[in-house]
Amino acid sequence: MAVPVQAGGAEVVVGRRKREWPLAVILLLPSAVVFGLFVFYPLARTIQLGMYRSDPFGGLGRYVGPSQYWDVLTSESFLRSLGVTLKFAALTVPTGLGLGLGLAVLGHQQLRGIGVYRTIFSSTVATSVAVASLMWLTLLNPSIGLVNQALTKLGHEPIIFLQRPGWALVSVAMATVWQNLGFTFIVISAGLQSVPDELLESARIDGAGPWRRFREVTLPLLSPTLLFAFVVLSINAFQTFGQVDLLTHGGPLHSTELLVYHVFQRTSNDPSTAAAEAVVLFGIVLLLTLVQLRVLERRVHYGD
Amino acid sequence: MATRTIGRYALLTFCAVVVFLPIYVAVVIAIQPAARVVDFPGVLLPKSLTLEPFRNAMRSGNLGRYLVNSGVVTAFIVGGQVITSILAAYAFAFVQFPFKRVVFTLFLATLMVPAEATIVANYETIQHFGWLDSYQALVMPFLATAFGTFLIRQAFLGVPQDLRDASALDGYGHWGFLRGVAVPLARPAIAAFTVFSFLLAWNQYLWPLLVTNDDAHRTVQIGLKSLAGANVANLNLPAAGAVIAGLPIFFLLLFFQRHLVRGLTSGAVKG
Repeated sequence: MAVPVQAGGAEVVVGRRKREWPLAVILLLPSAVVFGLFVFYPLARTIQLGMYRSDPFGGLGRYVGPSQYWDVLTSESFLRSLGVTLKFAALTVPTGLGLGLGLAVLGHQQLRGIGVYRTIFSSTVATSVAVASLMWLTLLNPSIGLVNQALTKLGHEPIIFLQRPGWALVSVAMATVWQNLGFTFIVISAGLQSVPDELLESARIDGAGPWRRFREVTLPLLSPTLLFAFVVLSINAFQTFGQVDLLTHGGPLHSTELLVYHVFQRTSNDPSTAAAEAVVLFGIVLLLTLVQLRVLERRVHYGD
Repeated sequence: MATRTIGRYALLTFCAVVVFLPIYVAVVIAIQPAARVVDFPGVLLPKSLTLEPFRNAMRSGNLGRYLVNSGVVTAFIVGGQVITSILAAYAFAFVQFPFKRVVFTLFLATLMVPAEATIVANYETIQHFGWLDSYQALVMPFLATAFGTFLIRQAFLGVPQDLRDASALDGYGHWGFLRGVAVPLARPAIAAFTVFSFLLAWNQYLWPLLVTNDDAHRTVQIGLKSLAGANVANLNLPAAGAVIAGLPIFFLLLFFQRHLVRGLTSGAVKG
């Protein structure tokens, strides 16, 4: 390339650089306004709200300071709700991950018509929280739900799934695992597809059986995907709301009162308590997201 | 060998039946008369069909109006997110400006703030604007997303340098390059993001429940709540409601499955 053209090009770039920032402002402004108004401001405001004590009419009440956090976060009702949420995460995350991995491995086989099975395994991704909850409400109805009709036919007592303290959280967890299954299947399947066939083939030639190939070749290469799915499912567990609102209303005896449901119930009549609890929710999700970012960062490194 | 293949198909089919059962049950209950629901297992193989449950669900859940509301809200959210994301992504990919890294980090930081954690303050803001029970309340907070910005920026960064130089030599400015080259080349990423954005917007539950209380603005997901309450005597209602609210997403998945998979996995595999 001729030298004058290059020099001219460089000049244009330098000249443009000076005048380009107003364009950047125009391009970024719409997003920045939305983020400022509905993400950054409310985050700061929520932290501030948490230091007040609501008056009996749902107003802001008086300023108490950071000690308000201590009062809210050591309250029996918050700790109970945090405990229920942790139990819920323990019920949904490992189960969802295991089932998703199992389905992904099954769907990864080279068989005729496998596409139909893959579509069915991903199908729950099409259901919203409300749609999935209504489907499970239909299945788990105490008297005429199909599960209990089947149990009765088999000579078993019907189970009051959603109104028994021992069963309610498990039932909400079942509906949740099912609803997330499509997502988990899709993500883990994509991870499986990125495992190079040559590696599996050379392991096979070395005499490794299918189980050893899976454990020693597939699983290590899949671990970042599994960790990603693990983090997303954990964050989902901490953000769960709709299933509780539709299936159990937090009951019976607060046994399904997850954190977000607890916050939601207090949003309009006790905003300060709700805010203090929301800050804890933010902290937990932030921690999980940072773990996820670390994982992605490492993967980009490996990719290079 | 043959028995092994049969075994594989048997296992696949068993899993498919279990996974699909809740959807299948909702559909068969929604298309049969109420009396058939207690006839297990006969209910699983419909003999007579009726549209009555759909009519009842539409009427008692007011789903017709709610479907319109959901459609309006989803259209504005998806359209808005696609536009703001393309604009911001273009700035990060092709425009020189000071503090780019800082601004980009701030954009990504929004992904770490779950909507559930800011509902208290956002509720206060919406109330302050006098927006409770309005489309603005349902749409405005969701008009931008760092996920879309990030996804489309990645696609923009893949546009070959030669094309940028050629476009500049032809005298195209930034707008010409954005419309004529960058957006057409980033179409797969934009399509994946559009489908993903539609799915999230249509399926929202917590926020619409919090900020709307009237029939004129409630979305179909919230309409399902009233059907959930009325289920003890009549399982047709919640089943039919679930089918009605789920159908748009079902068709979305049917026609755009590839895009949706791309959108869902871009966080995990693309890195």
